[in-house]
Amino acid sequence: MGLISDEYVRLLGAWPSPFVLRTRIALNLKRVPYEYLEEEDTLNSESVLNYNPVHKQIPILIHGNKPIRESLNIVMYVDETWLSGPPILPSDPFDRAVARFWDVYIDEHCFTSINGVAVAKDEEERKAAVAKLEMCMALLEETFQECSKGRGFFGGDNIGFIDIGFGSMLGPLKVLEKFSGVKFIHPEKTPGLFHWADRFYAHEAVKPVMPDIEKLVEFARLKFNTSIFK
Amino acid sequence: MAKKEEDVKLLGFWASPFSGRVKMALKLKGVSYEYLEQDIVDKSALLLELNPVFKKVPVLVHEGKILAESHLILEYIDQTWKNNPILPQDPYEKAMARFWAKFVDEQVGPVCFKSVAKPDKGIEVAIEEGQELITFLEKELTGKDFFGGKTIGFLDLVAGSMIPFCIARGWEGMGINMIPEEKFPELNRWIKNLSDIEIVRECIPHREKQIEHMMKVAERIKLA
Repeated sequence: MGLISDEYVRLLGAWPSPFVLRTRIALNLKRVPYEYLEEEDTLNSESVLNYNPVHKQIPILIHGNKPIRESLNIVMYVDETWLSGPPILPSDPFDRAVARFWDVYIDEHCFTSINGVAVAKDEEERKAAVAKLEMCMALLEETFQECSKGRGFFGGDNIGFIDIGFGSMLGPLKVLEKFSGVKFIHPEKTPGLFHWADRFYAHEAVKPVMPDIEKLVEFARLKFNTSIFK
Repeated sequence: MAKKEEDVKLLGFWASPFSGRVKMALKLKGVSYEYLEQDIVDKSALLLELNPVFKKVPVLVHEGKILAESHLILEYIDQTWKNNPILPQDPYEKAMARFWAKFVDEQVGPVCFKSVAKPDKGIEVAIEEGQELITFLEKELTGKDFFGGKTIGFLDLVAGSMIPFCIARGWEGMGINMIPEEKFPELNRWIKNLSDIEIVRECIPHREKQIEHMMKVAERIKLA
């Protein structure tokens, strides 16, 4: 009888999505072989609608015939199903809660602020959005110092849940930096994050799947027809 | 081994479904705790100190460890006190419970209530959209006493605190039946099953007070 972890794995995704990136990094960390299926038009995709009728969104991990939806949910599922290799989340209940808390913050505040800068209609709106995002970066710098305790990643010696959650936002952040002229991850203001970003990009689980920045820039230009990208 | 009551503190708000579900979880596990009722408008120095990032209830303090975000608190409680498990063991079942719990809190809860309180597309559309969302949950319940199976679990605590004993009461205050029996027999059966459980009854807000509170929330939404 085969192990559940041996069943066939497919991932429905879209290359620009930081949420899809999270799931690919998790699968790579655990060395799970999987088939990646690029969904170019998620709103009109039959597969996406079939496997995620609630949100009609990617990423969707299909393990055997079971669909698992939402990026952080998928990362946790991967962590709990494939047990070889270093764990993505710590085993201590409190440390787990802390790691997950920061990913809630990253999704609710950080990602929202990134979007805020991208969709700002005028200079005033953009300034306010930039200020918000800079505050997020300052808080995450503090968090990095506390969590890493002098080691390379939020997760310590290995990439962990917060690294994946925030690292997936580095692409969109770099795109914004290019267009806004503001360095959000700054060598002096956020030195911890600055060096962490290089380590994250270079990691063997991340490098092969991180989208090319120039391609992301072009994608952003087409998607957001707002003032910042002109 | 008995733990002192002071080892566990819960900062909450009487009408908050997020606080309510944590109370249910602590009671389910038989954990004694000190409850500290919070003013969520005029926030206490303690709340701001313990949850500076989100400034919200609930906050759980256990042996000096501070936890925020109700879903995370529920999972922490489940992993710390192992009796009466809340989350399923199987990773897929766990993923499903987490997915639906997020759906309840992010879509069925606030969005559903806001769109009925301030129906930009008209009240009929708001009701239809809201009920379309809970149809997903109706399907998840088919053939089960609770979302957790034979006993209450994570999704029961989340959906129970949010839907029948919070949002539905808000709709009731506006004269609308959110979960009519003929459309949602499974959900109605589930609500009855929940209401038969003592710890649920002990942790839900008083019905009339809750309706009054939700009407005030609706007013604020209308004026916003």
